[in-house]
Amino acid sequence: MDVAFIIETIAKIVVILLIFSALAGLGTYFERKVLAFMQRRLGPMHVGPFGLLQVAADGIKLFTKEDIIPQNVVKPIFKIAPVITAATAFMASAAIPFWPQFTVMGYTVHPIVADINVGILYVLGVMAIGLYGPLLGGMASANKWSLISAARSAAIFISYEVITGLALLAPLMMVGSLSLVDINNYQAGGITNWIVWSQPVAFVLFWIAAFAETGRTPFHLVANDHEIIDGFGTEYSGMRWGLFFIGEYANMFFISFVIAIVFLGGFGDGTFAGAFQLILKVAFFFFFFLWTRAAWPDVRPDQLMWLCWKVLMPIAVLNVVVTGIVMMF
Amino acid sequence: MHHEEVFTDRNVSEHSAYYYVDIENYPVTGWDKFKQVVKRAAKGELFVGLWVVMREMIKFDIHTVQYPKEKLPIGPRYRAVHKLLRLWESGYERCIGCGLCEKICISDCIRMDTRIDENSRKEVTEYSINLGRCIFCGYCAEVCPELAIVHGGRYENGSEQRAHFVIKDDMLTPLDLLTAGEQSEYPGFGAIIPGSDASVKKTPLAY
Repeated sequence: MDVAFIIETIAKIVVILLIFSALAGLGTYFERKVLAFMQRRLGPMHVGPFGLLQVAADGIKLFTKEDIIPQNVVKPIFKIAPVITAATAFMASAAIPFWPQFTVMGYTVHPIVADINVGILYVLGVMAIGLYGPLLGGMASANKWSLISAARSAAIFISYEVITGLALLAPLMMVGSLSLVDINNYQAGGITNWIVWSQPVAFVLFWIAAFAETGRTPFHLVANDHEIIDGFGTEYSGMRWGLFFIGEYANMFFISFVIAIVFLGGFGDGTFAGAFQLILKVAFFFFFFLWTRAAWPDVRPDQLMWLCWKVLMPIAVLNVVVTGIVMMF
Repeated sequence: MHHEEVFTDRNVSEHSAYYYVDIENYPVTGWDKFKQVVKRAAKGELFVGLWVVMREMIKFDIHTVQYPKEKLPIGPRYRAVHKLLRLWESGYERCIGCGLCEKICISDCIRMDTRIDENSRKEVTEYSINLGRCIFCGYCAEVCPELAIVHGGRYENGSEQRAHFVIKDDMLTPLDLLTAGEQSEYPGFGAIIPGSDASVKKTPLAY
């Protein structure tokens, strides 16, 4: 392992961390603006032009707030929980190819931290560990709302892991590789080669499950304001709460990348146009997260479980079986 | 044509004026619930919702009032912090010190002091309203025979002390503003209705 490789990897990690931390902040800005426009409001307008510096103001506020540890909490777990959420979100990004490889001054850069051969499995696995953020934070908070939220997060995340896994199984059977780069190259032939055309059911299932995995609005039961205050975040303030937030928004971006790469052709053949299209696809999926939040109501926890185990999982299993039969003949 | 509502029969519910809203029974079995979900999903209700919010975003018909920069007009009968007005011609205070406002004030927050000045005219030396007690009912403005105390439209009250808004000097129209024609005849609470001169009837003298 030579020095250049280590330096390059560290540089990539720093760049990804910086870009996606900033994007998480900007994500909150876009969310507030899009929600506002859809509700005939203006959203943040006062800090900077069109309220753009609101992100900076929020950041300063979060950083300088007092770090409150309430009285009866389990201190070490309470303190580590937000770090788990944020860290696992960023760890999951290690196996995602954000951009096709490009050459700068004769040096070929692969914009992926680690092109491991079990890429998608690693991404989903680490994202699943992110469950421990809300779970531990909620259980350690000595607050009943947080406890309910912790129970819900455990139930929802574990249930929908089944859907994500089964939904991805069918495309993976077709591609024959778990590496996201391989999955992308499988669809490099253009729009007709996209897996979404051959696996539309898996696409929709994975998309639905992505809402549960990121805890976004139709399935926003983990921190549902009108039922359980802020759920696991109730007792958190300042930067610890901010870490939960960064983790959630980074997760939204990463899951958008995964959907775009697995089902919608990713960056295609690796030209600049393909890379630009990937950005557009990710932007659409991120926008859709905000869009549904403005349009759709939340479901009840029992409805969510019902949907998962009695509707989506049988469909996912059927999809895998049908895919297998079609591939066999 | 003169329309007269017939009220001979008040038992409207018996003659199908009321009807039950058509609500299906809630599904009981799992299969019925599944069918309901499929029916609702196939109806595209979710996409109608998505379209509605997208339509509003595209129309960009924003209703926000950016408050410190923009202000909504308030009604002329709005009852904000009081004002004391002056006579247009002479610049004297309109208040004649009759004390009716002090008397009628139901939260007992008006305090005035008067004396007889050199011209044998009643002069108001002190006039203050305790805004901590005032409920802005408007009785003082209504009872005032001289249109001297009225409710203004100033609702942005930021100060270190409430008393700053209701010292007599603050409420009274300053003389320079009066000569500049800045005192507006208050059209709101307790004021004379526009055109009321025309509706004044002369008191018949010969009974």
